Amino acid sequence: MPGKLKVKIVAGRHLPVMDRASDLTDAFVEVKFGNTTFKTDVYLKSLNPQWNSEWFKFEVDDEDLQDEPLQITVLDHDTYSANDAIGKVYIDIDPLLYSEAATVISGWFPIYDTIHGIRGEINVVVKVDLFNDLNRFRQSSCGVKFFCTTSIPKCYRAVIIHGFVEELVVNEDPEYQWIDRIRTPRASNEARQRLISLMSGELQRKIGLKVLEMRGNAVVGYLQCFDLEGESGLVVRAIGTACTLDKLSSPAAFLPACNSPSKEMKEIPFNEDPNPNTHSSGPSTPLKNQTYSFSPSKSYSRQSSSSDTDLSLTPKTGMGSGSAGKEGGPFKALLRQQTQSALEQREFPFFTLTAFPPGFLVHVGGVVSARSVKLLDRIHNPAFVGIMGNTRSYKLLDWNSFNSDEPETRDAWWAEIRQEIKSHAKALGCHAVVGYSESTSICEEVCILSASGTAAVLNPRFLQDGTVEGCLEQRLEENLPTRCGFCHIPYDELNMPFPAHLTYCYNCRKQKVPDVLFTTIDLPTDATVIGKGCLIQARLCRLKKKAQAEANATAISNLLPFMEYEVHTQLMNKLKLKGMNALFGLRIQITVGENMLMGLASATGVYLAALPTPGGIQIAGKTPNDGSYEQHISHMQKKINDTIAKNKELYEISPPEISEEIIGSPIPEPRQRSRLLRSQSESSDEVTELDLSHGKKDAFVLEIDDTDAMEDVHSLLTDVPPPSGFYSCNTEIMPGINNWTSEIQMFTSVRVIRLSSLNLTNQALNKNFNDLCENLLKSLYFKLRSMIPCCLCHVNFTVSLPEDELIQVTVTAVAITFDKNQALQTTKTHVEKSLQRASTDNEELLQFPLELCSDSLSSHPLPPAKEHLESASSNSGIPAAQRATSVDYSSFADRCSSWIELIKLKAQTIRRGSIKTTVTVEKASPVGDGNFRNRSAPPCANSTVGVVKMTPLSFIPGAKITKYLGIINMFFIRETTSLREEGGVSGFLHAFIAEVFAMVRAHVAALGGNAVVSYIMKQCVFMENPNKNQAQCLINVSGDAVVFVRESDLEVVSTQQPTANCQSSCTEGEVTT
Amino acid sequence: MTSELDIFVGNTTLIDEDVYRLWLDGYSVTDAVALRVRSGILEQTGATAAVLQSDTMDHYRTFHMLERLLHAPPKLLHQLIFQIPPSRQALLIERYYAFDEAFVREVLGKKLSKGTKKDLDDISTKTGITLKSCRRQFDNFKRVFKVVEEMRGSLVDNIQQHFLLSDRLARDYAAIVFFANNRFETGKKKLQYLSFGDFAFCAELMIQNWTLGAVDSQMDDMDMDLDKEFLQDLKELKVLVADKDLLDLHKSLVCTALRGKLGVFSEMEANFKNLSRGLVNVAAKLTHNKDVRDLFVDLVEKFVEPCRSDHWPLSDVRFFLNQYSASVHSLDGFRHQTLWDRYMGTLRGCLLRLYHD
Repeated sequence: MPGKLKVKIVAGRHLPVMDRASDLTDAFVEVKFGNTTFKTDVYLKSLNPQWNSEWFKFEVDDEDLQDEPLQITVLDHDTYSANDAIGKVYIDIDPLLYSEAATVISGWFPIYDTIHGIRGEINVVVKVDLFNDLNRFRQSSCGVKFFCTTSIPKCYRAVIIHGFVEELVVNEDPEYQWIDRIRTPRASNEARQRLISLMSGELQRKIGLKVLEMRGNAVVGYLQCFDLEGESGLVVRAIGTACTLDKLSSPAAFLPACNSPSKEMKEIPFNEDPNPNTHSSGPSTPLKNQTYSFSPSKSYSRQSSSSDTDLSLTPKTGMGSGSAGKEGGPFKALLRQQTQSALEQREFPFFTLTAFPPGFLVHVGGVVSARSVKLLDRIHNPAFVGIMGNTRSYKLLDWNSFNSDEPETRDAWWAEIRQEIKSHAKALGCHAVVGYSESTSICEEVCILSASGTAAVLNPRFLQDGTVEGCLEQRLEENLPTRCGFCHIPYDELNMPFPAHLTYCYNCRKQKVPDVLFTTIDLPTDATVIGKGCLIQARLCRLKKKAQAEANATAISNLLPFMEYEVHTQLMNKLKLKGMNALFGLRIQITVGENMLMGLASATGVYLAALPTPGGIQIAGKTPNDGSYEQHISHMQKKINDTIAKNKELYEISPPEISEEIIGSPIPEPRQRSRLLRSQSESSDEVTELDLSHGKKDAFVLEIDDTDAMEDVHSLLTDVPPPSGFYSCNTEIMPGINNWTSEIQMFTSVRVIRLSSLNLTNQALNKNFNDLCENLLKSLYFKLRSMIPCCLCHVNFTVSLPEDELIQVTVTAVAITFDKNQALQTTKTHVEKSLQRASTDNEELLQFPLELCSDSLSSHPLPPAKEHLESASSNSGIPAAQRATSVDYSSFADRCSSWIELIKLKAQTIRRGSIKTTVTVEKASPVGDGNFRNRSAPPCANSTVGVVKMTPLSFIPGAKITKYLGIINMFFIRETTSLREEGGVSGFLHAFIAEVFAMVRAHVAALGGNAVVSYIMKQCVFMENPNKNQAQCLINVSGDAVVFVRESDLEVVSTQQPTANCQSSCTEGEVTT
Repeated sequence: MTSELDIFVGNTTLIDEDVYRLWLDGYSVTDAVALRVRSGILEQTGATAAVLQSDTMDHYRTFHMLERLLHAPPKLLHQLIFQIPPSRQALLIERYYAFDEAFVREVLGKKLSKGTKKDLDDISTKTGITLKSCRRQFDNFKRVFKVVEEMRGSLVDNIQQHFLLSDRLARDYAAIVFFANNRFETGKKKLQYLSFGDFAFCAELMIQNWTLGAVDSQMDDMDMDLDKEFLQDLKELKVLVADKDLLDLHKSLVCTALRGKLGVFSEMEANFKNLSRGLVNVAAKLTHNKDVRDLFVDLVEKFVEPCRSDHWPLSDVRFFLNQYSASVHSLDGFRHQTLWDRYMGTLRGCLLRLYHD
């Protein structure tokens, strides 16, 4: 009996009137978990019942605890007829299953009904007693933490980043079952909600098992999606990055808080030889040896040809650049080798993260993407049934239907796409893909599967336990002074995967860089950016004939390459128009509809100091003889040049002038080049690689040869910049702004337009779509004008085509205010500051070991003799280590402290095993957390309902996240048969989204949290039938529930902390600040 | 290209004060957009009319959804659907329950019934306030009335507790409820010169002194109804004018005290008996509901108008009323001193407030 779930129903309030005669309600509550149901007494004649029930106890397997949601139904008792349901609350109890998260769920939950929306609230208390289960073959994965955040969560540090985990489960969609014809819409909606809740639980458990297998303890960048495939079923799939995380014991993470830091200092000396030969001769640390001996044949024999060629070719690169060849070349090779050995063992070296611990990302190759068009009805083909033969055991859910599709079909589809991504990455000379994501677009029986990411070379140190620390030193030497390392090309110059124009890095002048860089990740924190960034979007529509099945799929796959090409060209043009040279957070969405395809690409453009200045855009006409035409052309050219100049001013792009001689290589001619490798296939293995470059054209020339091209140029120029005081980006934070103030406003905006079916041409369509997006942005700027100066961050556009002539655009973003005056200063003095920081950090660094050492001594009043010895020995070791670090990190400002932490952590794990470490950390944390919770409580107590912040970002400006309480993953359906009465489609959806926000906030508050970070609305499927006065909407949201403390409060706390420390340190260790 | 659906939902509900005002004033979306355009907002922000239209629609929808909660303000505080900072919540409530002077003067003292509601059309035409706004204000009065009608305790406190209004607004509502309950006539032509503030002032004095709650707050029928017993007792005051000796004595006491101090002494001396008769008769008549309703008409007719026609300055009125009430204490034959003070104390305050042009 691994777990006991306890539930108490306290009270209700604001219940709806269920009895017209008395204007009151006789409410009672059913509490259901799995197949067990409890009921409260009926509380007669009240809209605010006080049940104060006993504790309802469910004794259940932890497997069920993970899969099943707690289901609370509020009903109105009726003596003569059936009891009427008022509404339900589903509570995911997963956050209670791991020790560091919430301990109790307690609070007011909105009572939700799929037809009526929120109908009052209910106060519930939920607790779980878990018993330890040592069964090795268990099916549950309690204790694995899940994070939606696509970076290492703020109060944790990554010990190891294991890599990609994925899983999917399939079931029949209750909406399409025969029984749906006879049951009420409410019953059908509830069946769907419950099923998806179950499936998500199961999926999460299965992913958890995979993580445990990899010896990880957490999934970061967890992204779960639903595919509503209609007749052919319902797919719930998830991807994520398995990690081993260690909690930072103190909320003030900027100090390397470690209870016994001295012990691992010994591990620090970086005596690792960067030369690859050393590996064969004699590895210096036993652990590294272990790594290689783990599968020696594998790691060497499976080295792909690309890295082999690289080994032989890098010296040539080096010749031109002097010292770089000597250090960088062999190092690169070594790195590749190590990374590869670490990654080769994985099927897919993918990472869903978009931001990384410092030093993780070595080089970035470019965006890789793959799409595939599939026919859903094929699932029923006998050929696919055959696949069912070699299934793993798959537990069917409630509906024990044998028609239900095996997940293998979809698994195979995704595997195929991932394989493609992997090969693209290889072609770019990269072993890993970061910022990886997957998506689908479904219309009737056609489904486009898409995957994209950024090919990258990673530092292996994070990927495997005990891998060489030596490379660290090497890596630092290579790109520390420059901070441009990630821009340097990972692929081989002489054997480029696509035509590209390379120059020497404008920063270090040693390595080669491309002229433009596209990525799907966030801007690395240490990247040097000139000026500010901005949101860049490419928008495109393509008409397509209506067709059935096979023909439809063929038509779509024929269109895809053109769409991709045009989207890419648009992005490139707009980027140049902004005078920038790199895109981050690129997300290309292709949506399929009945009679059209839509493409929407969003990214954040920046000017990377390491990359060359982008060239302008030249316009060429086809008929040079016509005088007036020529005049027109030159007029356009002037306009474009003006726009570029204006944009440069607007985004404060003023790169330092560099003369030719200094660079030592010719100034690159602006040239269109692609880093986008793509392919699409129609359920076959054919892989078409598209060369997106403009052939041999030297300058970037736009040819105006027909009206189409004219339109394109016009549309380029019609994009209006945001009003002054506004910035926007789709990455976590705006490059070039770093002094955020604390005001944030997260919002969702939805627009649906109906196209007039008469004049549907591609141009008209494009214009409509473009206007839709532009107007939407304008509306946002207008609505949020009171927050100026502010920045819209993480702007996330989603396009769907719910019907023939309807286009739906959903935007979720957060507006954050910032201090304008400081912003200007910071950008100006950025370099100086970082230099200062470097020196101060360095000083701090020198003091660390000693400080920490004394700390550790005082903090363990009764250290075991062995530990004592250890610390003593490491004491003597300190000077050496210190020297080593100070040399290594001298110019590596920001990273120093965290580097140290990571190194220490590693050493600690090696020495003592991670379990012990966690225990000491755990001991300290409750006290600290208690403190903070108390402190954050008063503001909530002031107002009746505690404020819960929501943000798509992983952080809250001006605040420190002190605790992650668990993942929020909620799915709601809302339906109405009185659309007009509810204010039409707008009224209906407005109310529903507001209700969804409310339910998310209520769950977070019940967990004891005050914010949701990494919030995302993954799905918003809206269907209407105005003739029948009906509408239905499905929304799926997720995020991480957290506790945060304002930094201003934190200062107060930390000044008070010492006293608390003194008191507590006598009894139980210490509360590290 | 037509917009089928266009919404914006913030985690913190955005409230635009200007649009809220337009909504409260009952303007349609189209009118509101036109008014906003006229305010020059497009030039300030560089937005387009379409943006303004969309924004206005959005705010209107939000307000429409909030309206249900505003009907029971404590619900607004406890609800979970809209996250609104407390200061904004207070603003929403206060503005929602605010009313127009012109409107309140039209319905003050009227029964808050369906009949009156039907007259809102006329009121709207007369005052220039949109019918929608009139309805909101009328419904607010009625709602507050219904909630506090049967309640014990202080009227102002009850209103404040159940509608979370500011002190000032709660007092105004107390007056409105009090007037509606006692159906005081305020619409007569003679009374047109009086403002809502004048009536509210009187109402407050009357609630403090003339209701059951004034004597004993534990009583069931608290602040809303006038103390019936007290009204009955007021008949006893009649002796002041019925007994000729007493009246003469009263007059001489007042005249002696005021001689040389009043600019309008002769007029006062000539009119004393009329004025005194008027004031005492008003008191004696209050046993009848109809006469209670006409209280203000009577006061204006019997006191304010005569004084005004003789051009009494306000200071003289004050001197006179003070002396007039105080002198009664020196009338040995008069036994109802406390009753007199309870009546005249309030009346003096009211009259002074009512005495203006």
